[in-house]
Amino acid sequence: MGPRIGVYVCHCGVNIAATVDVEAVTRFAQGLPSVAIARDYTYMCSDPGQALIKEDIEKFGLTKVVVASCSPMMHEPTFRGTIQEAGLNPYCLEMANIREQCSWVHGEKDKATRKAIQLVAAAVGKAFLLEPLEERRADVTPAALVIGGGIAGMQAALDIAKAGFLVYLVEKEPRLGGHLAQLGKTFPNLESVTPLLSKAIEEVEGHPNIDLLTSAEVVGVEGYIGNFKVKVTDRTTRRELKVGTIVVATGYDLFDAQLKPEYGYGVYEKVITGLEFERLVSSSGPGEGEILVKGKEPQDVVFIQCVGSRDKSVGQEYCSRICCMYTAKQAFLVKEMLPQARVTVLYMDVRAYGKGFEEFYDQVRGEGVIYRRGNPSEIYKKGERLVIRAEDTLLGEPIQLEADLVVLATGITPRRDSLKIANLLKLPRSADGFFMEAHPKLRPVDTVMNGVYLAGCCQGPKDIPDTVAQAKAAAASAMAPLCQGQVKVEAVTSIIDEELCSGCGICAEVCVYDALSLHERKGVMTINEVLCKGCGACAVACPSKAIKLSHFTPTQILAQVDALV
Amino acid sequence: MEGQDLAQAYRLFECIQCGRCTGGCPMSLKTRFNIRRLIYEALVYENIDLQSKEVLWDCSTCATCTLRCPKGLDPTDIVIGMRSILVEGGRIPPTIRDALKSLAIRGNPLTMAKEERADWAEGLGVKEISEGAKVLYFVGCSPSYDPRVQRVAKALVQAFKKADVDFGILGNEEVCCGSEARRVGETGLFEMLQELNLETLEPYPVELMVTTSPHCYNAFQNEYQGLDFKVQHYTQFVAGLIDEGKLPLSKEVKRIVTYQDPCFLGKQNKIFEEPRKILKSIPGLELRELDRSRERSLCCEGGGGRMWAEGTNPEERLAHTRVQEAMDLGAEVLATACPFCLLTLEDAAKTVAGEIEVMDIMELVVEAL
Ligand SMILES: Cc1cc2nc3c(=O)[nH]c(=O)nc-3n(C[C@H](O)[C@H](O)[C@H](O)COP(=O)(O)OP(=O)(O)OC[C@H]3O[C@@H](n4cnc5c(N)ncnc54)[C@H](O)[C@@H]3O)c2cc1C
Ligand code: SF4
Ligand code: SF4
Repeated sequence: MGPRIGVYVCHCGVNIAATVDVEAVTRFAQGLPSVAIARDYTYMCSDPGQALIKEDIEKFGLTKVVVASCSPMMHEPTFRGTIQEAGLNPYCLEMANIREQCSWVHGEKDKATRKAIQLVAAAVGKAFLLEPLEERRADVTPAALVIGGGIAGMQAALDIAKAGFLVYLVEKEPRLGGHLAQLGKTFPNLESVTPLLSKAIEEVEGHPNIDLLTSAEVVGVEGYIGNFKVKVTDRTTRRELKVGTIVVATGYDLFDAQLKPEYGYGVYEKVITGLEFERLVSSSGPGEGEILVKGKEPQDVVFIQCVGSRDKSVGQEYCSRICCMYTAKQAFLVKEMLPQARVTVLYMDVRAYGKGFEEFYDQVRGEGVIYRRGNPSEIYKKGERLVIRAEDTLLGEPIQLEADLVVLATGITPRRDSLKIANLLKLPRSADGFFMEAHPKLRPVDTVMNGVYLAGCCQGPKDIPDTVAQAKAAAASAMAPLCQGQVKVEAVTSIIDEELCSGCGICAEVCVYDALSLHERKGVMTINEVLCKGCGACAVACPSKAIKLSHFTPTQILAQVDALV
Repeated sequence: MEGQDLAQAYRLFECIQCGRCTGGCPMSLKTRFNIRRLIYEALVYENIDLQSKEVLWDCSTCATCTLRCPKGLDPTDIVIGMRSILVEGGRIPPTIRDALKSLAIRGNPLTMAKEERADWAEGLGVKEISEGAKVLYFVGCSPSYDPRVQRVAKALVQAFKKADVDFGILGNEEVCCGSEARRVGETGLFEMLQELNLETLEPYPVELMVTTSPHCYNAFQNEYQGLDFKVQHYTQFVAGLIDEGKLPLSKEVKRIVTYQDPCFLGKQNKIFEEPRKILKSIPGLELRELDRSRERSLCCEGGGGRMWAEGTNPEERLAHTRVQEAMDLGAEVLATACPFCLLTLEDAAKTVAGEIEVMDIMELVVEAL
């Protein structure tokens, strides 16, 4: 008995039905050879829609299913699940995209209908030849790698370690802590960072499941989710680690204020960055807990927000998110330590978006910090003092303020060496240069690389609470495969015909997943089915036509083409 | 007091310059007065030159700004603070100076004789509080002297009598509550008037004070220190009488009426329901609401010393806008419950084309008795 195909044409409300005569398409499908049943329905993806398919599989003994609806990007997983539940192999599904590739882009109903009919014909042609594929699984090494020992990396490592898995924590510097180690009090509650940080460091160093590698760097990554091989070097040794998942927590750099020469950073000693201010006021700083600029207490302190943020002229389009609040904190500290000093914050907008932030901003102003709207354009010297030129946009007047200390709220930038990690792990970066999450809303800690997750400022500017939250999320995601012990592997892969392969290796050059290698003994290429993502690049590149892609075989594709022309 | 002192005294640092104050200020509809900007200037200028800010006298102290400020600041009070700097420096419009002088000497801003304060009550058989009564009717300055507003006081007396209220007045002993003195920045004078009134009241075992004016009500209720009896605006008291069935309104008043919420009654003291309740109790009366009403009611410009000073744009009057709005609504009567509103609106009504009567709620009440 040949295949028995069911065809389901979706209206997608009016999305398809308004432009395509779905009933005509259904009538046409019903007339095709091997089609046992064809139906149309308002929403195929809805529960009743899916139930319809399942009932038909049972009733008509269908062996293949064609759904003519939206892009397979949208609902292929849905319908694969549907037919699997009814006992079919999930790869016995073919979709005809009559929405994105038809109804949404065409206006004339009869032409659109004709095209939909052809697309359905092609899908049925391919469905006829579809073969069941086996979904395979691979074992997972029950260990994780965390790259970066700032607060993000430490938190992620601790969470995974506490769940009972081995964690390798690789930190480039001799000590843990990252930028936090350079901060004093923190917004919005002025809590001192030291106790928080020492506690985290102590826990990390003392945890039996954490293998801490400081002054160390990752130099090589091979493998795939569940089975990564990672090469790490420190000054003397080179180790190879085996891990199932990887959390990237490499943090950030600060914008180089010298790129805005109009502020005189690096020229005037009295112009400092926010991070330098943290040291200036710390008890271990030059004034031993007192604010001293060249040995004197400043009378006028001016803070400038958004230095290297929201500024296309220096290629920093985004908002750094934390500078508004760290400036507020620092302005407050000046008022607290030098109540007589006049403290002015020059800003464009104040973004006090977080929990307790607006309240803290209120508190800071309540202490007498003056907020003036207008981002300065230049700073120059007048005797011992500095003059800041700006427009006060609330007055609509140019102003010149004198100051003994100017603090630049420099923005957060991607680490200058982030390309190295990006290349090692094949991580894409978004336009701002930070590592890119798989989906901005729904997969904010995943990456497109299965098994690699993001935590903290390496993904974008964040304060401590958000960093910790993201680290905990990344840890949870990184633990899921470790807990399962096995991972699902893509069933659609390349297949090598050893008879035809000459072992030239051209395919290996085009494969971005490193899935192809030369079989030493046989002299032909072999495919690592776990690494292969089924993209098909090798099949196109092979000069000997020795590679075909399962689920997209030449005969299947040609059947589609035949139906179209 | 200079900029930085103002900043400390009025917490100007806490202002976020959102502009809700100026955005809602009735004066920003017609003059260049901008309280948001004045606050900022006081904050950021070494020395703010208040002396040249004639616009400071535009403010009617309606307190819309205070109602709207998201940071709990009181811009109305900031204006008052700035005005007191002007008063101290002697920079004060002459008409306001005359009113203050009269207040200091005669206990009223209208340059009227002290001894004539209670003349309006002659022949009405009104007791003096010294003869003993539970309810003190605090008449106020314009109801005592201004012939137009006297009609409101008389109407109140008529209603009180009808309802058998045991009440008395202070007579010639009454002096101004001081509300307007405080609002033009003469805090010293306000305190003096407060002391005088408290001294006068001291011996009388009063249980309740009822005022004609929302301004007096506000001063006694919110600003006087050491009053040991309850204070009510007449709308609250009269609504109570109606509720208790003591004031039967039996005659039909077949008129279409709309109501102006006085700022000092509504915005500042949230008394919105009682005046409406009274109007709705009058048989035959149809109440139509103005679009901008209650918290959004448009100020008549009568407060904050504006009865004595025209401000920087006397040509354009919000009262005029208001009367026009009432007429567009098809109202035959624009009712209110404040002497200042009554006077400004009636003045404006004379200049619009068409017929509309401006009345106090009490005048409608007595028509129904
Ligand atoms: C002036 C200033 C004041 C601030 N004040 C506050 C505040 O008051 N409150 C608040 O909540 N936030 C504050 N922040 C923000 C805070 O610094 C960050 O939220 C936090 O440090 C982010 O932590 P992280 O672990 O993501 O990055 P980082 O602290 O940058 O840590 C990254 C770590 O990774 C390591 N690393 C990098 N690359 C590699 C590699 N290839 N291999 C191995 N290791 C690597 C680095 O050495 C570092 O230790 C402030 C920031 C600044 C600049
Ligand atoms: S009290 Fe009224 S008139 Fe005065 S500033 Fe505030 S809103 Fe304007
Ligand atoms: S409404 Fe309040 S916070 Fe906003 S500008 Fe006015 S005074 Fe400032």
